[in-house]
Amino acid sequence: MRLEILNNGYSFRTKVLFAFIQLASRQPVPDAAKLVFYRADFYGDPMKKVTQGAMRGPSAWSVGDRELMAAFVSKTNECEFCIGAHTATAAGAYHDEARVTAVLTNLETAPIEEPLRATLRMLRKLTGGHTLDANDIGAVIAAGVSRQQIEDALAVCFAFNTTNRLADAFAFFVPGRKGFESGAKFLLKRGYR
Amino acid sequence: MEGMRTAHQALVTRVLEGGGKASRAERRAAFNNETLTEPLHGLISKVAKHPTRITDEDIAAVKTSGLNEDQIFELVVCAAVGQATRQYQNALAALALAVCDGGS
Repeated sequence: MRLEILNNGYSFRTKVLFAFIQLASRQPVPDAAKLVFYRADFYGDPMKKVTQGAMRGPSAWSVGDRELMAAFVSKTNECEFCIGAHTATAAGAYHDEARVTAVLTNLETAPIEEPLRATLRMLRKLTGGHTLDANDIGAVIAAGVSRQQIEDALAVCFAFNTTNRLADAFAFFVPGRKGFESGAKFLLKRGYR
Repeated sequence: MEGMRTAHQALVTRVLEGGGKASRAERRAAFNNETLTEPLHGLISKVAKHPTRITDEDIAAVKTSGLNEDQIFELVVCAAVGQATRQYQNALAALALAVCDGGS
């Protein structure tokens, strides 16, 4: 990463934890994990509560839907690390890689439910254009999405509009497929705590 | 999802008002993407609007200007959280308006 403190600025205890993770997963500790361990009281701890709530808290959206939203927001932001990480996690949650690939390739033709498609359109507009108006939201409601589902999707969007920026600013290492699959297994088992 | 709004506000309050290596004024300026001195302003503006265009040279220039890595870490975090917060709050306001207009 671009800041040396994010590569090496950890306590002995955290370094031991990283060594354990690396041993168990047989993969380098992902930079996304390193970021939330660095001076965790400043950013990592409060952000983990946001991300865990958005991605694994109670919601009418499934874990797969929310991971797909994370991948889709990351695609809109062209964040290579987060596209890979959340494409793998969404595919694992759905047990359906083709579904995720189809959405990321062409949202309009992907074989998904219309409420999810309308919600992803909304997230793409917010992420790319930075604003929404009541008509944008109205189109999502008209597709059968509840107010609570919209709010839940906006929370996912917040989490990844933050994380994507940090991944690019600090230059997260982009692992290969095995690395992403290992990270996906961890996120599906343990979440973002 | 009131719990999410609370968690989001706790994050914002922490990065802006809690202790840090950068001043609270600098953190708030980064959060708001307000004018800062160069080369910091260029970096913060890229975090907010064009994060994929950030280069090693952008970070190196800010270091050369006198900021240490912990200060850069905090200001980049504030810029990212700030831009995502503006989008989130704009969308929540649009949601409230849409629901109100729809009579729900």
